[in-house]
Amino acid sequence: MSASRREFLKGGGALIVSFSSVATLAEQLAFAQGPFATQDRRVAQQVDSWLAIGADGRVTAYTGKCELGQGIFTVQMQLVAEELSVPLARVTLIQCDTSVAPDQGTTSGSQSTPTNFNEANLAQACATAREALLRLGSERLGVPVDQLTVVDGVVGVQGDASRWIGYGDLVGGRKFNLTLSRTAKRRTPDSWTVLGKPTGRVDMAAMATGVFEFVHNVRLPGMLHGRVVRPPTVGATLASVDEGSIRDLPGVVKVVVRKNFVGVVCAKPWQAILAAEKLKATWTPGAALPGHDGFYAHLRSQKPSRDTRLVDSKDVDDRLAQSATVLKATYLHPYQMHASMGTSCAVADVRDGQATIWSPTQSAYPTRSGSALLLGLPVENVRVIFTRGSGCYGINGADTVSYDAALLSQAVGKPVRVQLSRRDEMAWENYGLAFVIDQRVGVDASGTILAWDYEGWSPTLGGRPGYDRPGNVITGQLAGFDPAPFTPRSPAPDPGGSFNNNSNAAPSYVTGCVGGRCGGAGVVKSERVLSHTVRSPFFTGPLRSPARLQNTFAHESFMDEIAAHVKADPVAYRLKHLSDERLKHVVQEAATAAKWDARPSPRPSTSGTGVVSGRGISCVAYEGDNGYVAMVAEVDVDRATGRVTARRFVVAQDCGPISNPDGMRNQIEGGALQGMSRCLGEEVTWDAEKVTSIDWRTFHSLPLGFELPAIESVLVNRTDVEATGAGETAITIVAAAIGNAIFDATGARVREVPFTPERVKAALFSQR
Amino acid sequence: MAIALTVNGRAHTLDVDPATPLLYVLSDDLALNGPKFGCGLGQCGACTVIARGRAVRSCVTPVGTMDGAEVTTLEGLGSIERPHPIQQAFIEEQAAQCGFCLNGVILTAKAFLDQNPSPSDAQIQQALSTVLCRCFTHTRMLRAIKRYASVPRRSVADANAGAKAGEDA
Repeated sequence: MSASRREFLKGGGALIVSFSSVATLAEQLAFAQGPFATQDRRVAQQVDSWLAIGADGRVTAYTGKCELGQGIFTVQMQLVAEELSVPLARVTLIQCDTSVAPDQGTTSGSQSTPTNFNEANLAQACATAREALLRLGSERLGVPVDQLTVVDGVVGVQGDASRWIGYGDLVGGRKFNLTLSRTAKRRTPDSWTVLGKPTGRVDMAAMATGVFEFVHNVRLPGMLHGRVVRPPTVGATLASVDEGSIRDLPGVVKVVVRKNFVGVVCAKPWQAILAAEKLKATWTPGAALPGHDGFYAHLRSQKPSRDTRLVDSKDVDDRLAQSATVLKATYLHPYQMHASMGTSCAVADVRDGQATIWSPTQSAYPTRSGSALLLGLPVENVRVIFTRGSGCYGINGADTVSYDAALLSQAVGKPVRVQLSRRDEMAWENYGLAFVIDQRVGVDASGTILAWDYEGWSPTLGGRPGYDRPGNVITGQLAGFDPAPFTPRSPAPDPGGSFNNNSNAAPSYVTGCVGGRCGGAGVVKSERVLSHTVRSPFFTGPLRSPARLQNTFAHESFMDEIAAHVKADPVAYRLKHLSDERLKHVVQEAATAAKWDARPSPRPSTSGTGVVSGRGISCVAYEGDNGYVAMVAEVDVDRATGRVTARRFVVAQDCGPISNPDGMRNQIEGGALQGMSRCLGEEVTWDAEKVTSIDWRTFHSLPLGFELPAIESVLVNRTDVEATGAGETAITIVAAAIGNAIFDATGARVREVPFTPERVKAALFSQR
Repeated sequence: MAIALTVNGRAHTLDVDPATPLLYVLSDDLALNGPKFGCGLGQCGACTVIARGRAVRSCVTPVGTMDGAEVTTLEGLGSIERPHPIQQAFIEEQAAQCGFCLNGVILTAKAFLDQNPSPSDAQIQQALSTVLCRCFTHTRMLRAIKRYASVPRRSVADANAGAKAGEDA
């Protein structure tokens, strides 16, 4: 046990905050005085790295998976309560503080539930502790373990209510000194009393009453306010800064320059905003940006590229040549952005060779390492305290603003808070990938798919900084660190290892055979998936369902086109080409719940004027095996204006045993509507030198007042399999479900996201 | 310049640049967590407060124009122990994900419903036409707003009186 953990445990009781179970600022500071712990993955094999039980029987657990709005904080508390058989109210969870929590990398990729529920992590630590507590109880009570029960943190003798002992008396305040047991028995879903129940969010009341402390509300004694001055155009470099230009402004403490990084520090937030606006900096322009019009052609033709073949049965060209019909289509998806509701914010206190950073990052330990590199400090002198920010949906400005705050604080030797402007948040974040996807299939005379050929292009630059690449986000690059190098590779090597459809580059309908083993969800044996990565002019990074969403839009739209061509019902046609029972099941569940009208698309009469209605289906095995979801969308299309209004979404989802049904519904509803907003209106735009999507007028997010579809969720609760992620499933299939419904209503196919009224009208026009 | 503000029932006299947007005075000088900076442009609603009985976007409202005003922020409506009926409605509907937008959603809806106690769906939509939630918790939030709209007006009046008096602030 580290010194800081001892410190921490000593004052552990003080960390309990009734409304949110999150340590308050003052409490964090109180235990920040000791030396910093190093929690590496080896240490995290110890039960004591994950939990402690106080003399009062209270459980304090530590997790490296943080709350981003997805509800994982409450669900992990449920997990701890369930595995240890204690009431939820007796659990305190500490998340993503590098001085006490285990290093679990990044909270991303729908991996939090799989990681902490299935692997040798939080759940297994709790199960190991429970077994140890039972053994201790057996010794103390003189009764064999199999004659004991555990209820509410009390070990009792079966059939003798007078003989019992509480956890606090068994282990209170002492260490377990136990390695995680891989064989410790987990509570099974059929015996769950806390998990599996629709448990309300523990932070809900604090959020609704405005007292919840976001990172934006961290206030330190003597704290100053920083503001960054980003380059005016992409790729511009700093020529000079005239500090005298803001000399007369009130509150200016310092102008900070580090290579191309420029910022100001002032006494008050409004002063910092004015100073940053007025500071005269001269910049040398970078290279011109590729045009927004024609960007997809640019992607497709760009050299060099990094090429990957996920799967290749080597017979695709032959099978296509033998097919009765070959169908082709190209799908286009723009850069989109996280565009968080609140701009990113962080507070850093860097002085005397030590740094503490309150950060909304998804990656506490990597941000700690990256900040140490930027600050030139040993990593053990840096502490990152995850503090909730605005929902991020991937790498928004959280990491970069943490670096901003750290650099500015180091320059003044005082705590500094930085919150980005709306423009700085939007113009410089790591965008979700643009994509060009060519699809081709061969269909036999009976209408069965014989071969599927996918070729995709997408641009990348930077990404998550990880432990050693601060240059993967704008602040690190401005301060002199390079993004990860682009490593061309062409032609693509043969597929190796086993089939891994992590990015859903392969459609669900192929067999996915690599090295003689097949991991796909479908029956089409002739298959080729070739992906090209090219350089991006803008930073890119994971945006909720990264690449999976874009690929699935192309797969599920194209599958609909094929079904329409052979005049098959889109649901029946999918089922015919699927082999995966879980995926087939959710397709059937969604269709049944939606009272699916089985017939080919488009609907019999698509001509005429006015508003027409249609329905569409789409589905995916997320990441190949991390959640199964299908959706029926019913939409209205106004033929005169091209306006699309979704009327009803029916979503069926199987993510294994459901930890919190209400939390899962919330994720489905949010994912479905966020997916709708993305496919109806969201697109990053730019001119010859800079991004022009810089506020809510130039980047469109559907407001609360938008006409909303009814959303029905069908939860398939499977207790015989492992839990999967549930935060990125629904969003992945929305664009295709809506696009397919537009086609059903009108006979017009929209192959480019977003489906703006202009694009829908153009598709309607071209069909005439 | 000295500016007088009554915030959540408490009187303050502040010596600030009158051009300073009200938001920074509330969140920095008065250390309130409710109003949030979302865009600084009055486009998203995150900074909303109720001032002089109306929903006001504090990020684009110079504090100088609020001299003498009574301002209510989200924490001024109710407390964890005694949430205002509209806060209670949001808690019951579990109408949040990250929670950052809640301030703007709740206060905009409250100011609107206080003026229009039995609105149509279209009127509610209109009232929320420039309020954003990037987690897209829209469905639950609208359910919560309708739940609040169905709370007897007398209970709301009592709760409003409590909030105004700063009981729960």
